[in-house]
Amino acid sequence: MSYLETLRLALRNIMGSKMRSFLTMLGIIIGVTAVIVIVGLGNGMENYMRDSFASLGTNSLTVMITGRGSARSVSIDDMYSMVAEHQDYLDKISPTVSMSRAVKVDNETHRSTSVTGVSEDYLAMKDLDLSSGRNLQYMDIQDRKNVAIVGSYVNENYYYGRALGDSVRIGGIKFRIIGVLEEQNSDDYAGNADDCIFIPYSTAARISGQGTIYNYNVTIRDEEKAAEAKRVIEDALYEVFSDSDAYNVISMTEILDMMTSMINIVITVLAIIAAISLLVGGIGIMNIMLVSVTERTREIGIRKALGAKEIVILRQFVMEAATTSALGGTLGIALGYALSSLATTIIQATLDPMLRVTPSLGSVLMAFGVSAGIGVLFGFLPARKAALLNPIDALRYE
Amino acid sequence: MGTLIEFKEVCKYYVMGDTTVKAADHISMKIDRGEFVAIVGQSGSGKSTCMNIIGCLDVPTSGTYLLDGRDVGKLNKNELAEIRNRMLGFIFQQYNLLPKLDLIENVEVPLMYAGVGRAERRQRAQEVLESVGLGDKLGNKPNELSGGQQQRVSIARALVGRPAVILADEPTGALDSHTSREVLGLLKELHSQGNTVVLITHDNSIAMQADRIIRLEDGRVVYDGDSRAPGAVVQVQIPVAEPQSKPAEDGPQAAAEDDGPQAAAEDETQIAGGGA
Repeated sequence: MSYLETLRLALRNIMGSKMRSFLTMLGIIIGVTAVIVIVGLGNGMENYMRDSFASLGTNSLTVMITGRGSARSVSIDDMYSMVAEHQDYLDKISPTVSMSRAVKVDNETHRSTSVTGVSEDYLAMKDLDLSSGRNLQYMDIQDRKNVAIVGSYVNENYYYGRALGDSVRIGGIKFRIIGVLEEQNSDDYAGNADDCIFIPYSTAARISGQGTIYNYNVTIRDEEKAAEAKRVIEDALYEVFSDSDAYNVISMTEILDMMTSMINIVITVLAIIAAISLLVGGIGIMNIMLVSVTERTREIGIRKALGAKEIVILRQFVMEAATTSALGGTLGIALGYALSSLATTIIQATLDPMLRVTPSLGSVLMAFGVSAGIGVLFGFLPARKAALLNPIDALRYE
Repeated sequence: MGTLIEFKEVCKYYVMGDTTVKAADHISMKIDRGEFVAIVGQSGSGKSTCMNIIGCLDVPTSGTYLLDGRDVGKLNKNELAEIRNRMLGFIFQQYNLLPKLDLIENVEVPLMYAGVGRAERRQRAQEVLESVGLGDKLGNKPNELSGGQQQRVSIARALVGRPAVILADEPTGALDSHTSREVLGLLKELHSQGNTVVLITHDNSIAMQADRIIRLEDGRVVYDGDSRAPGAVVQVQIPVAEPQSKPAEDGPQAAAEDDGPQAAAEDETQIAGGGA
């Protein structure tokens, strides 16, 4: 008897009692669905973080100077010369001054727009291109000019595409718009990467009443050597402060790796818990198969009398369990995808439009393989019981 | 024709607690190809054991059973399954059809285990079902048929693999007298076509239909010879099947090996007569 024929027989028996088969599969369906959604959520979170970090730039280091009293500090020039000295690892540097001032366009306040004071190198460091106008210049910074470069979201939504040459008020001070950036992010919502304004850091520091610059962004030559580049800056700063608490160098790559591995741990634990329901589902299948073997004792006796070998009976029942389980797995995959897209819709509506639940092909294949495997594993015991039945007793069984 | 079935001092003992039941006690017999033999005995006489051994469902405790020259006692379970599949056609008292399959699928089962391809299987099953007069009910389920029709399906299933022996275990036990005659007629016809038929029954009147009777009592052969010879059975009365209120439909319940006290008494009378 061929495998195809055994499969056909198994499908017939499964379809012969649909309700029972469905209930038998339920454990597997729930388990597979849970695994797929959870792993999908983990993937989504990882992608979300990678995207967010990518916009910050994984080729850059953030240097934060917390200082040590007021006795010692580093000037902007010190920082620039440090980068110039270590050109083998470090590329460019820009001070960054984040401002939490309201942005006003034509008497309308936009709180989602980020305002950052930067140097003339910043756009190049972040791979930002201008769609029109000009970049900041050294003179703008030296003279603390009130000029601004706006992101495409600001241009499109607040100026209807005609921002260049217009003005914007930041913290009550009027800035002239000298440049407009190209779109970086196709998702159109307030607070995205394009909802931004860049001004000279010197201007930003003055408005904020900030004498010293505390934050710098440094780009590195080679992303692979983020750790070495970080070490170079740390060593240089230690020489100034003699205190490792006075500064903090953050590598985005490092943070991304750390967070990714944390998420992975959480997701793995959750997936294992979900996988326990696969095990429970397998036991459910075994239970029903045992009942089924008892119910079909007479059928087994007849089949044996008519010449079915033990291996054929064994195969028949294992196939039935595996098919039940694999069908459950398939339904679970479908349900997992459906729930994932539902979850994505809900999350995007309530939490963050960038976050989506993305089931991975790997988890789907694994879920299917595991569910079929569970069927074989848990189907084996009942199948063996059936195969070893004595034909005479089985024939007499009422 | 040659010997097809040969028992040499076949014994089958069952240990039940302290006592050993001798279900078959040094049975020796030969059945030739093309014979129509009835193995008769009361319940407990060992005829079921005999039939299980002949049917390769069981192996003897001691002694030798040769089927077509092969020593069945030396075969493993797989080989026994193969022998059942290729050499034997079973007809059971309870028909033992698979209720979820339709008639043609039921008849196909032995061929499926023999590895016959789908198309050929279907064709052969159809031919056999037509030959037992059920060509118009191929797609029906067994429970849509009368008892007699179901037994004919079971005969078709026994025949489809072209076995060397057709082994009928109380084939009329669940049927009314009219249908019983029909089924017996079919068996006789099979015999006349050259098939070897072994009929196991407790009922002398049924056994009389065979050419030869082997009578068992307490696991021993007490008579082996022509069914029409004076010693086979002594007819003290005209054997009439017990009138049954619902003969065919409630087959499995109504039919059983242990008949009412009346039937047993009748049997005893006859055997006593035979011995006299």
